[in-house]
Amino acid sequence: MTQQFYVSPEQLMKDRADFARKGIARGRSVVVLTCREGIALVAENPSPSLHKLSEIYDRIGFAAVGKYNEFESLRQAGIRFADVRGYSYSRDDVSARALASVYAQSLGSVFTTEGKPFEVELAVAEVGEDPYSDRLYRLNFDGSIADESNYTVMGGQAEIVNEALSRTWNQDADFGSAIRTAVSALSATRSADGSGNGQGPEPLGAGLLEVAVLDRDPLSSRGTVRAFRRINTVELDRLLSSAEGD
Amino acid sequence: MAPRDPAASIHQAPSSSFTDHLSRHRPELLPSSRSLGPASHGSAGELAPQATTIVSLTYAGGVLMAGDRRATMGNMIASRHIRKVFPADNFSVLGIAGTAGLALDMIRLFQVELEHYEKIEGTPMSLDGKSNRLAAMVRSNLPLALQGLAVVPLFAGFDTQRRAGRLFSYDVTGGRYEEYEHHSVGSGSVFARGALKKLWQPNLDEEDAVRVAVESLYDAADDDSATGGPDMVRRLWPVVYVVNSAGNREIPERELQELSRELISRRTAAGLEA
Repeated sequence: MTQQFYVSPEQLMKDRADFARKGIARGRSVVVLTCREGIALVAENPSPSLHKLSEIYDRIGFAAVGKYNEFESLRQAGIRFADVRGYSYSRDDVSARALASVYAQSLGSVFTTEGKPFEVELAVAEVGEDPYSDRLYRLNFDGSIADESNYTVMGGQAEIVNEALSRTWNQDADFGSAIRTAVSALSATRSADGSGNGQGPEPLGAGLLEVAVLDRDPLSSRGTVRAFRRINTVELDRLLSSAEGD
Repeated sequence: MAPRDPAASIHQAPSSSFTDHLSRHRPELLPSSRSLGPASHGSAGELAPQATTIVSLTYAGGVLMAGDRRATMGNMIASRHIRKVFPADNFSVLGIAGTAGLALDMIRLFQVELEHYEKIEGTPMSLDGKSNRLAAMVRSNLPLALQGLAVVPLFAGFDTQRRAGRLFSYDVTGGRYEEYEHHSVGSGSVFARGALKKLWQPNLDEEDAVRVAVESLYDAADDDSATGGPDMVRRLWPVVYVVNSAGNREIPERELQELSRELISRRTAAGLEA
């Protein structure tokens, strides 16, 4: 029988955190940002069917980076949690705060007790009646939870995107300009790893992006209580190209 | 210990069905999990309000469903305001006759079932899939149906693949039957069906289809005491939904009021006994 070596808890946690960070840094970034019309979720994702963004409930959206199988199971668990809560209480009793808190507990217990931590970062967004009641939670692989305001960036090279967004984010933007802001912030990472030919980064095309929005008032605009709406490639192409016309 | 086959866990993966999830983890929340205990003699049906007539008919480009506003308990009117036709999702509606309490719970569960699937899978369920899920729900209610608490739905939707409106009826054992042209369920269904046979025509336009539905419910209310007619005093009109390629839409009360008034004045002018 092999002898177990002593590893201090500090070292153990540090190793796990480094492992998870490395996994997450390999992934492409996701931006969630609030604006006048609601909340926009923008992900760099070349796959049209393996989503990083999802609807959870009426006013709640989900965004993730990292390993697909891990965040997909968390996404489905979140939908089940929200649907059971909404079915047994009322649709109004489902909140992003409750969901973020069960995610935090689940991520935290996997981080400390399982063989390997989840290599994921999640964002849970709830659109409010006005921009001040928007809720934006960001969850780390270790279960730590942050209540963000205005916008949040996850994934590899988040600092570059964060830095770009801090200059360009605007509270009064409509969806079109908020999405363009997010896309140009995500495109900033391409010059960092590209050739850097001095002409600025090449912007991401609609085919490489996954975009969804949470409408602030879906009942009057679309006659439904479900705020989540995917922006398809054609619509996204139009939104992105209208920036060049300005 | 035998080596574990990782692929063996595939069939145990969580399903996309909300009902399956509930029955595994929160069975007490399912409407069908209610039990009346060992089969009591006599029927529980007289203790609970009963929802009555629903009519459904196809028209050019879609399908329509309408229900009256009455629930009865024995010879009493339990509710004048009850709504028995609901949207199931964007492209389908369902109406339910039978024990009102169980029916409303079943509608709520069915709505969550469809929405849950759509969110988990990222794509809406097919119309046949929806009608089969509803059949399973009706079937799970069979023990209660045998004790007098039957729930009989009528399901209609727009089939986005076939580009046509379709409707389905059910029996208490979960039997699913596709109906053509028109159908009705509930205590006044016999009279409504008689009216529909004379009033329905192929390729009705939407306005005429709504008129036919309102008139057939009027005829049902005329002969069946458990079906409520248009209530001029309280301003209560039938609930009518249409489903077409653009999704489902509730007909506004204003239009139904106009149609009901017009129908009543036409019948008054005719002055006939039947």
